[in-house]
Amino acid sequence: MSADAPSYLEDGYTLRSWLFTRDHKRIAVLYAVSITLFFIIGGCAAALIRLELVTPQGDLVGADTYNRLFTAHGVIMVWLFLIPSIPSVLGNFLIPMMIGARDLAFPRLNLLSWYLYVGGGALTLCALLLGGVDTGWTFYAPFSTLFSRSHVIVTLLGVFVVGFSSILTGLNFIVSVHTLRAPGMGWFRLPLFVWAHYATSIILVLATPVLAITLLLLAAERLFGVGFFDPALGGDPLLFQHLFWFYSHPAVYIMILPAMGVASEIIPCFARKRVFGYRSMAYAILAIGVISFLVWGHHMFVSGQSVYANVVFSILSFMVAVPSAIKVFNWIATLYKGSISFTAPMLYALGFVGLFMVGGLTGLFLAALAIDVHVTDTYFVVAHFHYIMVGGSVMAYLGALHFWWPKISGRLYPETLGRVAALAIFVGFNLTFFPQYLLGYEGMPRRYHAYPAEFQLLNVLSSAGAGILAVGYLLPLCYLLWSWFRGRPAGDNPWHAQGLEWHTRSPPPKDNFDAPPDGGHDPYDYRPERTT
Amino acid sequence: MNRAGYDRLAAAPGGAGYSLADIRQEHQARLGMWVFLATELMFLGPVFVGYVVLRQQFPQAMAEASHLTDVALGTINTLVLLTSSLAMALAVETARLGARTFARRALWLTAALGLVFLAIKGYEYGMDWREHLFPDARFHAKDVRDQAGARMFFFFYFFSTGLHALHLLVGMALTLAMARTLAASPAARAARRLELTGLYWHFVDIVWIFLYPMLYLLERWS
Repeated sequence: MSADAPSYLEDGYTLRSWLFTRDHKRIAVLYAVSITLFFIIGGCAAALIRLELVTPQGDLVGADTYNRLFTAHGVIMVWLFLIPSIPSVLGNFLIPMMIGARDLAFPRLNLLSWYLYVGGGALTLCALLLGGVDTGWTFYAPFSTLFSRSHVIVTLLGVFVVGFSSILTGLNFIVSVHTLRAPGMGWFRLPLFVWAHYATSIILVLATPVLAITLLLLAAERLFGVGFFDPALGGDPLLFQHLFWFYSHPAVYIMILPAMGVASEIIPCFARKRVFGYRSMAYAILAIGVISFLVWGHHMFVSGQSVYANVVFSILSFMVAVPSAIKVFNWIATLYKGSISFTAPMLYALGFVGLFMVGGLTGLFLAALAIDVHVTDTYFVVAHFHYIMVGGSVMAYLGALHFWWPKISGRLYPETLGRVAALAIFVGFNLTFFPQYLLGYEGMPRRYHAYPAEFQLLNVLSSAGAGILAVGYLLPLCYLLWSWFRGRPAGDNPWHAQGLEWHTRSPPPKDNFDAPPDGGHDPYDYRPERTT
Repeated sequence: MNRAGYDRLAAAPGGAGYSLADIRQEHQARLGMWVFLATELMFLGPVFVGYVVLRQQFPQAMAEASHLTDVALGTINTLVLLTSSLAMALAVETARLGARTFARRALWLTAALGLVFLAIKGYEYGMDWREHLFPDARFHAKDVRDQAGARMFFFFYFFSTGLHALHLLVGMALTLAMARTLAASPAARAARRLELTGLYWHFVDIVWIFLYPMLYLLERWS
């Protein structure tokens, strides 16, 4: 390959060339930096929560501070880290390359969405600096509208603005996948990573606006004291919950679908085998996307909605397990008789599959009406969604970051350290959150800063795990930063991977490809003999 | 459609004058607009769901409160907005045929009718404000037994019409920008951009078509 055109990293070194770039790869890097900052802030809040919970008494922080801490943790991690994590960083970087395009369909809109993200994030940070919010990330009315004496409106506004950043990203992905595929690239030649982002984008575009208007209604109600959601004034608090979860349940799939896409790229590469059941994988992604819109009521089983609604939502929630299980079976079948190498990205991907399975199976417990009544608002729920969001999405995000690091930076990360970090995160994660299943099952409620002494042992274990987890997260932060400047040059394709994004230089030139890419290319053309 | 599709289109008879890039851009812009309108629809969806819940909760008070709106002004505004959509449709069609002077005049008319709508709406807001129908602490609905329900109705009234007016303002800004740049840009490109503006304008119009009976006509002549 010719090296005439400079790589996207060498295309200007000024701050201006970054802040006004329209290159999807540079915007991806901007996103990576900003979401990492928010991850650190959200992580600090989590660290304080776990420190407080080491002892049964509320001795480190008071109840009110504790409420503000877990709200900050939730709001920042959900909207400012998890939702943009894989789509806005890796999706932005990789989708145009995977479909053989120069850029996304609307490059300026892409930059605008980053600025909206930063603006919304800044507003949310302002609320935090002013003293924070104590409503929990769910903003349940009428507490958030009538009783909370914290900075609800600024936070709502921040989340509102970040929502539009998500919508524009989703719109951009949808139009790009429809119109920019290289000649010869039919829908069933798309990598599963692109399929997953396509489904995610549809959810982003259709669910996020519902959250936006709901938050606007909430703000209006708080400003004018109308009582739209307040039962004392004839309003309906369940209406808020329905509208909120109509977005926030699909939002879980905004977090997990891209992670599934990542696993579907990493596992075939390091098992040197074609992904098993490609079409069923693509259909499963779409099925999860569709069903995700029909299950929100399972967050409200004890809210007093009708029994019939409960039964229907319960059955629909069980149905999500079918396409999810298809995906897990297919990943395992891809591994079967493969020549597996346990590189750091592969460790993350395998960790993802295992943790997603535990999280998914406990999800079935929660979808069962009778058990849900017992464990509602306990640590069982906390453990369940952290297995999906942290064990699933964050593991996959880190795996993806390692897998495509040579593509993004042109450098290799230190492999041994990478494996150590992956193992530390896996062990630390399980030690943190598995005890929480037990705590929840025994009846410890969530969102309390003090608890009966009998729960202390499991809480201490959980906090110790959080310490290991923190070390596991700090390691990649340090060595990836180091390798960005000092790492060994990676060569164009260190993994001998087959995706179209690897058929160009690393880091790629500004226009992605030196020669027109081949749309008929097979992204999963792996054979055992290719191993080196 | 992928790039091979554009190649075929550009090569087809009648495709003359269009480059591959033009056709793709047109497809991208139109698809982008429709996806955006889908987002807008979901954005307004909860407002309508909220209305259904309120109507269920306060059937009597909603109808009584609805009688306090000015049905004559509401009806005139509906006619104004429908006429503006006619002007927009004429502008889109004439621009496509190349009659740009006519298209520009139709756009000015569209924006002017939008302004008339907002002026009438503003006058209505002023009357509502003087009659204490704004849902703050001073709210009082004359001759309505259930004040809480009436207040809820007027919360919905101000929220939905305010949101609609904001969208109309955006539409007017787009229309005026189109009217100004219509002469300067290449014909095919101008017609394409105008079509997208038209889609947005009609969307805002359709939203009002639903709001009008929901706000002004509740059990008015029953």
